[in-house]
Parts: sequence; C-alpha cells; structure tokens
Amino acid sequence: MSLTTPTERRPRVVVVGHGMVGHRFVQAAIERGLVETHDVVVLGEEPRPAYDRVALTSFFEVGAEALSLLPGGAYDDPRVRLRTGAEVTGIDREAREVLLADGTSEPFDELVLATGAAPFVPPVPGRDLDGCFVYRTLEDLEAIREAAGRGRPDGDGPARGVVIGGGLLGLEAAHALLQLGVDTHVVEMAPRLMPVQLDDAGGTTLVRHIDALGVQVHTGIATTEVLGDAPAEDGGRVTGLGLRDAEALEADIVVFSAGIRPRDALAREAGLETAERGGVLVDEQCRSSDAHVWAVGECAAPAGRMYGLVAPGYTMAEIVVDALLGGPGAFTGADMSTKLKLMGVDVASFGDAFATTPGSLELVFSDAVGGLYKKLVVAEAGPDADGAPQEGYVLLGGILVGDASAYGVLRPMVSSGMLLPDNPEELILPESRGALQLGLPDEAVVCSCNNVTKAGILTAVSDGVDGEEPCEDVAAVKQCTKAGSTCGSCVGTVKTVVEEYFASVGREVDRSLCEHFALTRQELFDVVAVHGHRSFDDVVAAHGTGRGCDICKPTVASVLASQLNGHVLAPETGALQDTNDAYLANIQRNGTYSVVPRIPGGEITPEKLIVIGEVARDFGLYTKITGGQRIDLFGARMEELPVIWRRLVDAGFESGHAYGKSLRTVKSCVGSTWCRYGVQDSVQLAIDLELRYRGLRSPHKLKGGVSGCARECAEARGKDFGVIATEKGWNLYVGGNGGATPRHAELLVADVDTETLVRYLDRFLMYYVRTADRLQRTAPWIESLEGGLERVREVVVDDVLGLGTELEESMARHVEGYFDEWGATLEDPDKLARFVSFVNAPGMPDPNISFSTERGQIKPSTQDGPVDLGATIPVGAAR
Amino acid sequence: MTALDERAGRADETSGPGEEAGATAEWVPVCALDRLDRERGVAALVHGRAVAVFRTHDDQVFALDNHCPYARASVLARGIVGTRKDTWFVASPMLKQPFDLRTGVCLDDPAVRVPTYAVRVVDGVVEVGDRLP
Ligand code: SRM
Ligand SMILES: Cc1cc2nc3c(=O)[nH]c(=O)nc-3n(C[C@H](O)[C@H](O)[C@H](O)COP(=O)(O)OP(=O)(O)OC[C@H]3O[C@@H](n4cnc5c(N)ncnc54)[C@H](O)[C@@H]3O)c2cc1C
Ligand code: SF4
Ligand code: FES
Repeated sequence: MSLTTPTERRPRVVVVGHGMVGHRFVQAAIERGLVETHDVVVLGEEPRPAYDRVALTSFFEVGAEALSLLPGGAYDDPRVRLRTGAEVTGIDREAREVLLADGTSEPFDELVLATGAAPFVPPVPGRDLDGCFVYRTLEDLEAIREAAGRGRPDGDGPARGVVIGGGLLGLEAAHALLQLGVDTHVVEMAPRLMPVQLDDAGGTTLVRHIDALGVQVHTGIATTEVLGDAPAEDGGRVTGLGLRDAEALEADIVVFSAGIRPRDALAREAGLETAERGGVLVDEQCRSSDAHVWAVGECAAPAGRMYGLVAPGYTMAEIVVDALLGGPGAFTGADMSTKLKLMGVDVASFGDAFATTPGSLELVFSDAVGGLYKKLVVAEAGPDADGAPQEGYVLLGGILVGDASAYGVLRPMVSSGMLLPDNPEELILPESRGALQLGLPDEAVVCSCNNVTKAGILTAVSDGVDGEEPCEDVAAVKQCTKAGSTCGSCVGTVKTVVEEYFASVGREVDRSLCEHFALTRQELFDVVAVHGHRSFDDVVAAHGTGRGCDICKPTVASVLASQLNGHVLAPETGALQDTNDAYLANIQRNGTYSVVPRIPGGEITPEKLIVIGEVARDFGLYTKITGGQRIDLFGARMEELPVIWRRLVDAGFESGHAYGKSLRTVKSCVGSTWCRYGVQDSVQLAIDLELRYRGLRSPHKLKGGVSGCARECAEARGKDFGVIATEKGWNLYVGGNGGATPRHAELLVADVDTETLVRYLDRFLMYYVRTADRLQRTAPWIESLEGGLERVREVVVDDVLGLGTELEESMARHVEGYFDEWGATLEDPDKLARFVSFVNAPGMPDPNISFSTERGQIKPSTQDGPVDLGATIPVGAAR
Repeated sequence: MTALDERAGRADETSGPGEEAGATAEWVPVCALDRLDRERGVAALVHGRAVAVFRTHDDQVFALDNHCPYARASVLARGIVGTRKDTWFVASPMLKQPFDLRTGVCLDDPAVRVPTYAVRVVDGVVEVGDRLP
C-alpha cells in the first residue's frame, strides 16, 4: 500500500541524477510552472552540479567552471533543492522514497530517473590495472591528466596512451590525450572509425586526417588483454595492450571507450521493467512500469531503445514535465544526426546515412587530396502532403567529412521532406552556398539539440516568445529559443533564417551606420585605410552623403584616430568628437565635468595622492574612488579644466581617457610581490599593459585586468582582456565585461610568457579595433564573428589570415605615436581657447551651474530652466 | 546687399549693421566668425542668457538657447552638429536629442522646442539679436 500524502504537503518530484538531462528537467519544471504545484528535489551523485558533458574535452582548455550548467551551484528557485554528492542506492516503491548512500532518504510522489549511462568496459584481463581509465566525468579527465603528467615510468619521453574504441567518444578521448601531449593510439575493432556514423569511404577520409595529427589509428583489430607489470591486486600498472593477430602496443595509459550502458541498476533492483539491451523501459510519455516512476535521458529506453545523445534526452525531459502537468507530449523517436569537430576535423552524419531505404541513391563528392568526403542519400519524392504526386528528389541523409558547413541546411531538409533543387550535387560541391537560398519549410527542425523549428525562430523574431518583445538579432533568438546554444552546429542556419526574415519584411538587415553612411564601421575602417583619408570631409565626400551626425562623426573620429594617432582636438577632428572627447573630460548632469587622471594598475605614490587631494580641495571637487582603481574628481567647470590639468600634469599625471572610447584601466591585484599566493608580478604587468595600450581609440571602451594567481582578485575575467598568472606564465582571457550583460572572458591561450602574451594581445586588440562595430565591446564582437572565439584564436594565435605582423606593426605605431592628450592641449593656445563657458565673456562662470553639499562634499543642484541674469552683466569685446 | 534672413546669417552676404532687423533688435557682438569652427558651437552671454551659436559647413550661422530642456542643463553649444536629410541640427551632448538649428524644434518630438535668436554676421563679427517668437 502506498502512503497517502498529507493534504498540506505539496507533492514532491524527486530527480535522481543531476546530469545534462536532469538539469534540463529542472529548467523545464521551472519554466513551465510545474514548481508552482510541486517541490523538486534533485539528487546527484557527482560532487558538483550538472555540467556540459558534450563539451567535456574542452575541460583542459576552459576549466570546470566554464562547463558548468549551473555556475551558481544552486537553483535560484526556492522550490527546487539540489543535493550534490548524493548517491541514491535504492528505491522503496512501497514507502515511496529513495534511499541514499549516506543513510538518509527522500520521499517522493513522482520519481524521475536521470542516471545517464556508464562507459562499457569489456571484460578483458587486466582492465583493473592502475593506468586504466574511462572517459565520462570531470574526475575521469583529472585522473587522466595526472597520469599523463607522470610521463613514462622510465622518464624517457611523454606517456604513451591507447584508446580502445574508435567511435565518437573514443576519438574525443584521443583528442584529450593528444592535448595532454600523450603519444596516442586508437584501437578499433570495426574496420573503420566511427562505424555507427560513417561508411568505409568516410571512415578512411577521417583516418587520414587523424593520422596527420599524429594519432596512430589501428582499425579491424581486437584487444585481448591489458598488460601490466604486476597483477592489479598487487598494485600493478599498465605496460601495454595485447592485440589479436598484431604486435602488442606499449602503453602507460589505457582509456576504455567501447560504448556505453544505461545505468538502470536502481530500476532493475526495484523491480521495474528494463529493455532487452538495457535501459529503463518506458512508454511514449517516458513512464516506467510504475506509473509514478519516469525515466529520461541515457538511462531510459523508450520503446526498448536507448539514445546516446543529449538532444533526445532533452526532449524526454520536456515530455515528462508536460505529462506531470497533464499535457499530451509523446516521445516518438529522435534524430540521431551528429555533427562534431573532432580534433579540428568536421564530421557529420545524419538521417539515413547508410542508404538503407529501398530505392535510395547516393551522390558522392570525394577529394582525397583535400581530405573531403561528402555523401548525400536521396530518393524519388513521394506524394506531397495533400496526396498530389511530385517530381524530383528528397534528401534522406548523408555523411560529411572534412567540411561539414552544409550540415546546418542539409539536416533540416531531411526532416522536412522538402524537394531538392534540380542539381542537388551543388549542395555538396565545395564553395556551394547551397540551400542557404533554398528556403526551408517552416516545420523544418533547425536546431535539433533543442528541437527548435524554423517556425519557432520566425515567431521569436516576429512576435516574440511568451509575451516577450520580438527578438532583435541572432543573440536574442539564441537566448529566448535556446536554438544554437548547445552544440552550436546550427548557428549559421539560425542566422540565415533570422536575416531572411528581416529582409522579407523590408527591415533590411541594415548594417549601415546612419543615414550618411551605408557602410558598417568595419567597412568604413577599411575605406579610410585604403584611401588614406585624413578628415571627415574627405570621408563623407567620397563615401557618404550630407554632413554627418552624432553617430557617424565620432565613429569616423575614432577610425581616424586609430589610424593616424593625431590629437583628438586637431582642427580636422575636433568637431567630430562627442562632448566627452571634445573637452577631454566626462560631462556630468549639470554640465560640469569630471577629471580622471591615469593611475596605471591602480598603483600610486603617497606624493601623487597628496597632489590629487590638494587639487580636489583647491577647486572644491567631489572626490570618489572609482570601480576602476583610480580617483575621479567631479564638478569641474569647463573653464577650470585646463587649470586643474596644469596642476596634475606638472605633478606627473596624464589623461586617464575616462571620456574616450579607448583603454580605461588595467586593474591589478597586488600579486607575487606581497601576496603569499601570488605566482607572478601582476602589478608590473598591469602597469606595462596599461601604458602600452593607453590612448588606443577603439570601437568601444576597453578594460583589462591582471591577477597574480587563480584566486583572481583583480576580476580580470570581467574585462575585455584578462590575464591570470600561472606557475608557468600567463593565461590570457578575452571578451569579458561587466555592465548590463556581464560576461566572463574566455581563455584564448594558456601558460604563455610575457612576450608572447603581449604579441597576442596586440593582435587581438588591433583585430578588434579594425573589425568591430561601433559601440560593440569585445564580447558581442567575438560572438558576431563566424566561428566566435575559435575564429579569434585562428586569427590571433594561428595567424591563419597572415595578418599577425601587420596587426603588431600597427600596434607598434600606436605605442610609438602615443602622447598625453592633456599635456599636449595645455601647450596649444588654440585648443585651450575652447575651454570657456562663454565665448564673449571668458572669465564668467556659467551661472546655470550651482551646487549644494552632501556628506561634506559638493553635489549638483538641478535647474528647472535657464537662468536669466538680466541684461546687466557686462560682456566682453567681440573679435 | 540683400536683406538678411534673421534666423540664418550668411557669412558671405554680410551687410552693414542693423540694416533691416536693427530697428527692434539690440545686436550683441559675440565673436569673430573665425573663432567659430565649422560644424561646432560656442556659448555666448546675450542679454543675460546663455545662447548657443553654431556655424554650419556652408557658413550659415544659427543661434539657439543653450539650455537643453531634456538634460535641464546649459549645454547645447557642446553638441555635435550635423544634418538629417537637409535639415541642420545639433544633438544635445547629454542624451543626444536632435534640435533643428533653424527652428529649435526637437526633430524626434515636435512638441519640444528651444528658443531661437536672430543672428547675423557683420564685417566678420557674429552678432546675436532678439529672441525670436
Ligand atoms: C566613475 C565610474 C563609477 C564609479 O564611481 O566607480 C564610472 C562612471 C561612468 N561609467 Fe562606468 N564607471 C566606472 C566603472 C565601471 C565599471 C567597473 C570597472 O571598470 O571595473 C563597469 C563594469 C565593467 C565593464 O565596463 O565591463 C562600468 C560599466 C559601464 C557601462 C556599461 C558597459 C557595458 O559594456 O555594458 C557604461 C556605459 C557605456 O560605456 O556605454 C559606463 C559608463 C560610464 C560613464 C562614462 C557614463 C557617462 O558617459 O557619463 C560614467 C561617467 C564617468 C565619469 O564621469 O567620470 N560604465 N563602469 C567608474 C570609473 C572607472 C574608471 O576609473 O575609469
Ligand atoms: C566525451 C563525450 C562527448 C559527447 N559528445 C556528444 C555530442 O557531441 N553530442 C551529443 O548529443 N551527445 C554527446 N555525448 C553524450 C551526452 O553527454 C549524453 O547524451 C548526456 O550527457 C546524457 O545526459 P544524462 O543526463 O542522461 O546523463 P549524464 O549527463 O551522464 O547524467 C547522469 C547523472 O546521474 C548521476 N547518477 C547516476 N546514478 C546515480 C545515482 N544512483 N544517484 C545519484 N546520481 C546518479 C551521474 O553521476 C550523472 O551525473 C557525449 C558524451 C561524452 C562523455
Ligand atoms: S589574485 Fe592571487 S596573487 Fe593576486 S591578490 Fe589575489 S590571492 Fe594574491
Ligand atoms: S543543433 Fe545543437 S545547438 Fe542547435
């Protein structure tokens, strides 16, 4: 007999397993309102909340935090409780509770099993030896890293590793070994790599790519045993791998990646039905043989079949939430299409890749030299939706190796059953823009990870989702539909759909700057560089119309400044500047200005502090420590700016460019000089970087930070460029910001020395200065690039465009050409002449400005209208 | 010499002082035209009011009240001067609202207007006259 639920208690959903699918279940429960009526308790055995297992291999590059799906460690919603490190050991279906390894229990009304799968380790002798691993969790990767770090036992070179299994996951594991510098082999029993996804020709093409990377592939070979220096019980360690009909391989590390098995033991022991080949047997609603127990993700077997991909798991999670809310959702199979980048090689396999459909035909393009293999499987079209016969072919599936750029458009064509164009081979010929112009039908699933159709994207841009405003751009669509946010393979197609929509409603995807220039900032940058323009007049005459405005003028000024290094107040550019640049100070609400001297890295001597204090006192300025580790003096009248700066410049200060779209601050922590944890001199580097990039005019403001160790006290990852000291050098992160949409910077390169760091930073910043849009900070700029951060890395680190030297040279020109704007202004009577409140009464302070006091300092008083002084004030002479 | 449009003095059509408008206006000399950069403004004190005087690229001169009704601060002279279609305007330096240099009307909200002043250029000197209705 089941216990009756006390009426005052809210029904409780217990989720076992906090992996990718368990997490999605909770998200859906919150989003769809299941938590309005139910409490949710999540029990996860791993020591941390769910993380992106699909991207596991990037762990060495980005670290655990970046992979986390729940960076805060807990759900914001108080009705959801997450317990990590909580292994469930049994289900008591009678008592309606689950039992945990620590002896506690959790009662449930509904139980959702999301326990995932475990790597299958074939029963070969020696599989327990020290040095044998699987590849599934962050802990596995950490252990592998440690073993790789030990090198060979004889100290003679890097560790040797063998991956057993040449499927998708095995190649991921091989990639990880390669990254760790391990001498890597892959042993696959089947005659080719990725036997589930690729045909022989595709597999062969892939082997060539992978061989070229230095991984030795052995296909068609079975493993007989793992060899060790002693039996496992006696602490024996791996020494090699015995193979059938082939010579044994020497090895220090063995990674088993021979498939996965659903983790269905809990269900099995509780007497629930399981599928023949493993997995909790569930119906279309993902309900097990107990009506209150559900299973989702890799541990579930709807209709007897388990799915080893994340997208079907997400669908199941949504369906169970739907079912618990009384909805009709049903799981009717899943798209097993795969696209991945394996060690830099594009591989995709989708639909009926093996042409098993009767009557299907294959269209193959293969270029062994270029390492390309592309196959489309097509069939004659049947009748259309209304039963009318159709002429032509439909796409059933395909395989792409070496270049999978067409995947984004091809896969949706399969599920939608649309007719192929007359010459379908165009779709796989190199350089083909293919179906981009084909127009997918609305029901085509564009993002298979998140099951978003073209119609779903169109709704998001035309009407908005869930009462939200319509999405303005791809980034917004990603956020509100989740399309493109998991494996990323569909982003190109999402972008095309969005752009086609905007074009179709006549809202040109207008990237022009303003009515005067039908160019983007990047294009403007290029034409200025190509034609060598030196003034706004030249630029607008040659490439624009009218006389410009508050949008294009500062943009042109910034472009000219980055290329010419002139003074911002030079006659050609003075009238182009925003008021802040025009007066080399930030305007405040009452028309006064703030004064921010540069304090590189936040380091300042007592003498200089005293000067700032004296200046503030003598001019009666409001003084505040900024969020950028320096001091801001507020309330200076325009005519006071030169006098104030005279004092500051004489004391050795220079402009802090708080007013410019340019480098603000490079924040530092105290670093190895004082801090007991510091491993590098972060203050010195911060000062050096701030002095190097000061004055650099850029599309938006730029900020940097340098921390002396991983504790990150300088919050460097919140900056456009952030540097974090490591034992071996510096890690460089790019694309962070605070503000309204905070972003953590992401790792660009690790463990580089100072010289390399500066070189990459020079390239990164110049590339940004050249190609970003107006007022686009580094994070959205990186996102806007095709390929995102990976693209930045290609350009900056791998130098695929061959631009490296040029970018470095233009930075060198900037560094050489730098001078202090305020210092130069003070020496130039023409420029100083502008710093008066009234041109005909230079000594007269603007009577519209007045102050009151608060907490012992001044504050602006607001004016309701202009102050009328009457006609009695004497005015100065003209001319 | 032709009569001056009181709202826009053309520098190349300068005439003697006070010809037409002189009857009612007390013209206040503000500065030499040379001191006025093209497409920039300066603030001047005229009859006790802060007035923003602008010179366009084609050397027309305009005068608006310096007070921005949005920012409630005396700042318009520090805005960027440009065109929208064929209309000259200044963008308030504070929050960028555009004001028509001829009429003082806000281009984004015709209900808002800043006062304009008569202005002319006489012998290379910019003079500001009465506030216009
Ligand atoms: C003074 C200061 C606040 C303070 O009292 O601490 C400040 C004040 C202003 N901030 Fe800020 N920000 C200040 C630190 C920050 C920080 C913190 C930091 O740098 O570590 C942030 C978040 C970090 C970031 O930028 O990523 C910050 C995010 C912003 C943003 C949002 C940027 C974004 O990308 O979303 C703006 C708006 C903008 O630039 O378009 C902004 C804009 C402004 C402006 C310039 C607005 C303006 O044009 O009038 C403010 C005028 C400064 C002045 O008059 O001197 N301020 N601002 C800080 C000056 C730091 C310095 O020494 O230069
Ligand atoms: C290297 C690698 C690359 C991959 N690449 C792709 C890819 O490109 N595309 C793709 O679609 N899929 C990929 N996958 C597969 C994808 O990661 C899985 O499909 C997905 O993680 C399944 O989610 P899940 O929640 O069902 O299982 P999991 O993410 O494994 O989560 C299950 C969780 O339950 C916990 N658990 C198990 N038993 C218990 C218990 N008794 N008590 C408490 N907690 C328990 C586990 O510790 C685990 O945290 C990849 C997997 C790996 C390992
Ligand atoms: S980041 Fe590290 S070195 Fe710098 S202050 Fe913090 S703990 Fe010390
Ligand atoms: S298909 Fe994976 S994110 Fe869209």
